[in-house]
Amino acid sequence: MSAGFRPESLWRLGAASLLALSTCGCNRGILDPVGPVGAAEKTILINSTAIMLAIIIPTMIATVGVAWWFRAGNKKAKYRPDWEYSGAVELVVWSIPALTVLLLGGIAWISSHDLDPAKPLPSKTQPLHVQVVSLDWKWLFIYPDQGIATVNQLVVPAGVPVSYDLTSATVWNVFFVPQMGTMIYTMPRMTTRLNLQADRPGTYEGLSAHFSGDGFPGMQFKVHALPADQFAAWAQGARGTGSALDGRTYAELSKPTSYVAPMIYGAVAPNLFDAIVKNRAPPSPVSPPLHNKPVSGSGA
Amino acid sequence: MFGKLTWDAIPVHEPIALVTGLVVIAVVAAIIAWVTVKGWWPYLWNEWITSTDHKRIGVMYVVLALVMLVRGFADAIMMRAQQMLAVGASQGYLPPEHYNQIFTAHGTIMIFFMAMPIVIGMMNFVVPLQLGVRDVAFPTMNNVSFWLTASGALLVNVSLLVGEFARTGWLGFPPLSELQFSPGVGVDYYLVALQISGVGTVLTAVNFVTTILKIRAPGMSYMRMPVFCWTTLAANLLMLAAFPVLTVTLALLMLDRYLGFHFFTNDGGGNSMLYMNLIWVWGHPEVYILILPAFGIYSEVVSTFSGKPLFGYRSMVFATLAICIISFCVWLHHFFTMGAGADVNAVFGIASMIIAVPTGVKIFNWLFTMFGGRVRFNVPMYWAIGFMLTFVIGGLTGVLLAMPPVDFVVHNSLFLIAHFHQVIIGGVVFGVMAGYTYWFPKAFGFTLDERLGKMIFWCWFIGFHLAFMPLYVLGFWGGTRRLQHIADPSWQPWLDVAFVGALIIGVGIALTVVQLLYSIKTRDRRLDTTGDPWDGRTLEWLTLSPPPHFNFAVLPDVHGEEAYWTRKQTALREEKLIEEPKYEPIEMPLNTPTGVIVAFFASICGFAVIWHIWWLAILGLVGAFAIFVWYAWRDEHEHIIPVDEVARLERERRRIRHEQIQTWPRPA
Repeated sequence: MSAGFRPESLWRLGAASLLALSTCGCNRGILDPVGPVGAAEKTILINSTAIMLAIIIPTMIATVGVAWWFRAGNKKAKYRPDWEYSGAVELVVWSIPALTVLLLGGIAWISSHDLDPAKPLPSKTQPLHVQVVSLDWKWLFIYPDQGIATVNQLVVPAGVPVSYDLTSATVWNVFFVPQMGTMIYTMPRMTTRLNLQADRPGTYEGLSAHFSGDGFPGMQFKVHALPADQFAAWAQGARGTGSALDGRTYAELSKPTSYVAPMIYGAVAPNLFDAIVKNRAPPSPVSPPLHNKPVSGSGA
Repeated sequence: MFGKLTWDAIPVHEPIALVTGLVVIAVVAAIIAWVTVKGWWPYLWNEWITSTDHKRIGVMYVVLALVMLVRGFADAIMMRAQQMLAVGASQGYLPPEHYNQIFTAHGTIMIFFMAMPIVIGMMNFVVPLQLGVRDVAFPTMNNVSFWLTASGALLVNVSLLVGEFARTGWLGFPPLSELQFSPGVGVDYYLVALQISGVGTVLTAVNFVTTILKIRAPGMSYMRMPVFCWTTLAANLLMLAAFPVLTVTLALLMLDRYLGFHFFTNDGGGNSMLYMNLIWVWGHPEVYILILPAFGIYSEVVSTFSGKPLFGYRSMVFATLAICIISFCVWLHHFFTMGAGADVNAVFGIASMIIAVPTGVKIFNWLFTMFGGRVRFNVPMYWAIGFMLTFVIGGLTGVLLAMPPVDFVVHNSLFLIAHFHQVIIGGVVFGVMAGYTYWFPKAFGFTLDERLGKMIFWCWFIGFHLAFMPLYVLGFWGGTRRLQHIADPSWQPWLDVAFVGALIIGVGIALTVVQLLYSIKTRDRRLDTTGDPWDGRTLEWLTLSPPPHFNFAVLPDVHGEEAYWTRKQTALREEKLIEEPKYEPIEMPLNTPTGVIVAFFASICGFAVIWHIWWLAILGLVGAFAIFVWYAWRDEHEHIIPVDEVARLERERRRIRHEQIQTWPRPA
């Protein structure tokens, strides 16, 4: 009667999936962190997984093993039709998950505090301030100390902590650069805080990780982590180039567009970020539905 | 006159929606024509549509759920195809405004109109039988609950052809779902459909909590109830507590949209974080509302097919109630990335992990139930073992998501999608498929084909892993959910594999239909003449298959856990049945058209509210209220099954049981 049941193939499939998980993730995304926050998070991810796999793999093997050994046709297996309670076994089955969770709970408590997004990163260097605004459907990055702003490209100095203030001019989004670590919501009329650092110079992908409407897939941006001196040169060069981000250009920018090419504003109206948070900036127009092709950004 | 409703509401410019809608109409019309030609309307009306029999209502719930499974799966395969085709330079075949409706409809339908009805259907069919009683506490209300659920499902599907569905995701987060950003009727369809079906769900909860607490066979104390009854009780307590929160949350959003309130708007002092909290205060218990009954099904199946009582029954009951309570203390783990402080995140993270303890205990207890058993590998047991293997991985990824710093990098990602499909498919779907196969002979008097059943299992098991393991990988790569277009071409192979996996699941669903038709056609080969095809242990197997309308001629006297097993062993040992009791006439509730008429008016009212046709909305409300008043003033409540009929059916059952005593093996 059990001819069709092949626990080996079942198990092999499970093992293959696990293998797929562990090997082909390769070095990408959150598994290839470029800064301290992402690195710490990757460590916790891998350690927690390993702790749980130590329990789960034996359990999976035992499940298949017990089911197979105690199959109805196996004359060697002892049938104990009334065995339904054992205090010792109960103690063990409650202890195993409880102790695992005790351990993981400890990790959760400590790491939640260590990696609190709002907590400044320990560093000898002064952090760079960046203000992030999610618009329909692009990202605005304001550098208040440098007096410049960019759209869909975030340029940061490598090895320097960056302190972000984030808000949204429309609906919710999530600011996320997988290789740098922690993501955080951008919400209208509210400010969230995030501290990240990229140690390795390079170009990284950024995205919105919270669905925000028809142009949502076009909200990706590039992060350029430059060596500190190059960053200073870039900021200096950007100053005064292109147009200024004032009430008029902001109103233009906040019109719904998607897949917007990166651009730079060489000057920024003071306190623009606060005005957006307080909803005093020029209001963003109602988003009409996009039809068929995502609209490309026209630039300011 | 017709509010916002104009001819523009018909999506003539969207060929996919239009053709699908027309095909659905054609199929429904064909079914109606067939039923009419065959002259089946009186039978359907008298025996099913107006039935107050919990078994019939249970079956109708499952049928509704299976139809909605097909609809939800069609959405799923369209999404997988779009993501596979829309990589790099290509935009695929679905524009954003259509794709966004599809993933919203997929989530809404699968949770509210597939998973909920199928779980409630199983409860309906099984719980009164397992408790050894004749019906639920409020049979008419049960019928009303079903039809209100069907009304919600109807409205969601009407949106396919008239207007549009929401494009906000299945939880309708504001401010995206506010008028400012979603001016169309899509969100209104979503809100109204869920409000109507939500009423049905709350009524179900009232019904089942009352039934389990107040109506049980003599001797069926709490600690003698089968575990499925316990998990049903826990799930219904959760429904009773959580669904009103959903109703209020959606009502607040309706006030925003219809009357210009500012609960969750960007302006006027609204706060969208409030909605996020409220919806998850419902949303997290909701997943336990679905999984707890599935846990109950696994408990019944593993015990029956191992030929042993459930290991650690008291532990299982305690674990169930622990999950029931803790599930209300974890909602914040759905938005660790909202910027709450470290203390808040850590407390909710640890609370979420604690739920894994009773859940882990359950897994071990099923394992020890098999230990020392004689495990028969019938189809329900395939599902149960497949579940145990799949669910532990889902549990692992769930605990990872409960760890705030890990959530900071996988929140809202494809990793999350893979996780919750792993627990919903690997937990709930496998569970209801086990239950469907296990209880099918009880409902219809013949078993389902085993070979096709095993093929269905392998399709789901392999298909699931192919479809969702790639999403874990893409989640690690930083892939987020709900993307209508994928920029990175290196995702392509994984998306291809996921699509193939979805196709294999589709084969499994198609085979379910084949299995049903084939099993009906060849039912003579697999008739369940004894009412106890699996050598069962709980009271539903005491009756014949299908059970008589009144379930039990005389309510069974329960001694100990495993009411039917004890009785069966005694009969086998003593080689005789218990003394023939004195039969009495049985009062059963009358059938009533109340449910279907109330739901008819509710659908009209709902449709009118969606399209701002106020006179029609008032008409719908008045109609629904009028039928309610008419029902409240009825004179006849019950009909009486004469004692001769009761005696005849019961003697037939005793005759069959008597023959069985001669042929069955003696207990050791």
